[in-house]
Amino acid sequence: MALLEARGIRHSFGGEAGITFPDWQANGGEHWIFFGSSGSGKTTFLNILSGLLTPNEGIVRVANQNLSLLKPAARDSLRGKQIGIVFQQLHLVGALTVVGNLMLAQSLAGCPVDSAFAENLLSRVGLMDKSSAFPSQLSYGQMQRVALARALINNPKIVLADEPTSSLDDENAQRAIDVILEQVHLNGSLLVVATHDERIRHRFQKRLGLDPVETKS
Amino acid sequence: MNAFTIAFAYMRLRPLHMTLNVILLALGIAAISLLMLFAHQLENRMMRNAAGIDMVVGAKGSPIQLILSSLYHLDVPTGNIPLAEAESLAADPRVKSVMPLALGDSFRGFRIVGTSHSYVAHYGGDILAGTLWDVTMEVTLGAVAARDLGLVVGDQFIPNHGLANAASNHSDHRYRIVGVLKPTGTVVDRLILTSVESVWVVHGYNPMNAMQIENRADEHNTVEDHEGSEEKETTYEITALLVKFRSPIALVSLPRFINARTSMQAALPGYEISRLMKLVGFGVDAFRAFAGVLVVSAGLGIFTTLYNALSERRYDIAVFRALGASQGRVLWQFLLEGALLSLVGAVLGLVIGHSIAELTGIWLWREHQLNFSGMIWLAGEFWLLGLAFTIGLVAGLLPAIQAYRLDVSGVLAKG
Repeated sequence: MALLEARGIRHSFGGEAGITFPDWQANGGEHWIFFGSSGSGKTTFLNILSGLLTPNEGIVRVANQNLSLLKPAARDSLRGKQIGIVFQQLHLVGALTVVGNLMLAQSLAGCPVDSAFAENLLSRVGLMDKSSAFPSQLSYGQMQRVALARALINNPKIVLADEPTSSLDDENAQRAIDVILEQVHLNGSLLVVATHDERIRHRFQKRLGLDPVETKS
Repeated sequence: MNAFTIAFAYMRLRPLHMTLNVILLALGIAAISLLMLFAHQLENRMMRNAAGIDMVVGAKGSPIQLILSSLYHLDVPTGNIPLAEAESLAADPRVKSVMPLALGDSFRGFRIVGTSHSYVAHYGGDILAGTLWDVTMEVTLGAVAARDLGLVVGDQFIPNHGLANAASNHSDHRYRIVGVLKPTGTVVDRLILTSVESVWVVHGYNPMNAMQIENRADEHNTVEDHEGSEEKETTYEITALLVKFRSPIALVSLPRFINARTSMQAALPGYEISRLMKLVGFGVDAFRAFAGVLVVSAGLGIFTTLYNALSERRYDIAVFRALGASQGRVLWQFLLEGALLSLVGAVLGLVIGHSIAELTGIWLWREHQLNFSGMIWLAGEFWLLGLAFTIGLVAGLLPAIQAYRLDVSGVLAKG
């Protein structure tokens, strides 16, 4: 039984031509890279997999639960508890401190708010002394590690990361992937990184091409 | 980390904006609560002082002036009425009881009232020290008068002629204080009480002659007869008569009879007070409308604050949803923020309103010895809180609905 599974997904925005996504499934502990150029629908696919977007056609199963059959609130709750997302733009909440962002994720997912665990996770990503800083006071690299810690805070079975390295230089891109792989490995979660960044492609054994040409081949 | 801490975190982001809108709402609420406190206590005071008195009879003139001077001791009297006429009215079978009032003198701003012991009983006055007045030139002080004048039982004073401070003295007559009353919360607290005879003595009449006239009035029992004998005798006068009816039916016939057929005037407290309230009421209504505009504009202010915050927070809302928050959760977040802002404004407004009322009360007490407090809570203020809360909810509703409907993946995809 696959942890995350997509079958016959097809989606179009408004009147545009739809994108057809390949059938795909993955198990816990696997590390995947979704590779595709800009506009190939990587972010759309991640949003569909996390239940943020309901596709026109096809089904997504998370731990054997069909997302489109769940009520919206149940889908949100499932996502909060089972799926951690690292956004391309990070989307830290500027009104809250670093540790506040982590506790926010606990609270919104309906998990118990555990500041000690949040602090512990921050020290794991090397931000122990930044827990009461606001995101605007951090460097981009530090903010990215906060975003990763926030994605991991509820010990999700699945971690989705959207373009985690595209705005980083070579050295920092590799370091960011190091941190992500290390932390996800500690959690034993399924990792899916969607990117067009050639520099990190070799770090993943399991690859899914999303460019139309690649899906046909 | 719950909806409240999140709400406060966002308020901290825009302190000036939030503070100004909260203050705006607070001022509107303060104005309305102040108005409610004034109107309530004014009406309460007027009603309490008028309670149980069906009719006031005095000299012809303004009925409101008659009520103000003889029930509230605020205005100057309309004049005096002949004792004999008052006596004949007191003997009317429709009248249950009367309390005479003889006004005209004061001591350091406190009015000296010649009356009967039943006047004290009517307002629930109890003796704190000494006794009620008995013989001529004995007085009993109301609680406030005694405290402010600093006089105690055994002290003596020379009254001023007239009701104002600067009037001339009756230098040859001294009042002697024989008692002090406990506070009653009524107009009695601010009076110096004595017998009607004492007032006559101070004004140079011999009360013994008055007794004869009283007897004569009893014999003849009609106004016309008394007026025939007027030229031979000194005309003894009182200022007003507070009348209680034997039955409400008297209300129909007696005031009309007095106004049409005697030299006196009858005024009905209930009627005159509501007339007075109507005169004052226009100002109250205008002020209330003004305060209402203030509250509504503050509601709009909160609305724009939340609405602007919404467009700034589109990404945050999308993140909330991505982190597992349901649509209901983000709806609740915005409604809560609207309600919180309005509640903070309302509570602040009530604090401001009550503080101003209390400060005004202290000033009124010092300058005019009027009792007014900001330290009371009116049932109507719960409605005021409810109103503010509703305004906050409504202001938060549109942003909340938009947050509810937010296209999460669309917002996230734009980055």
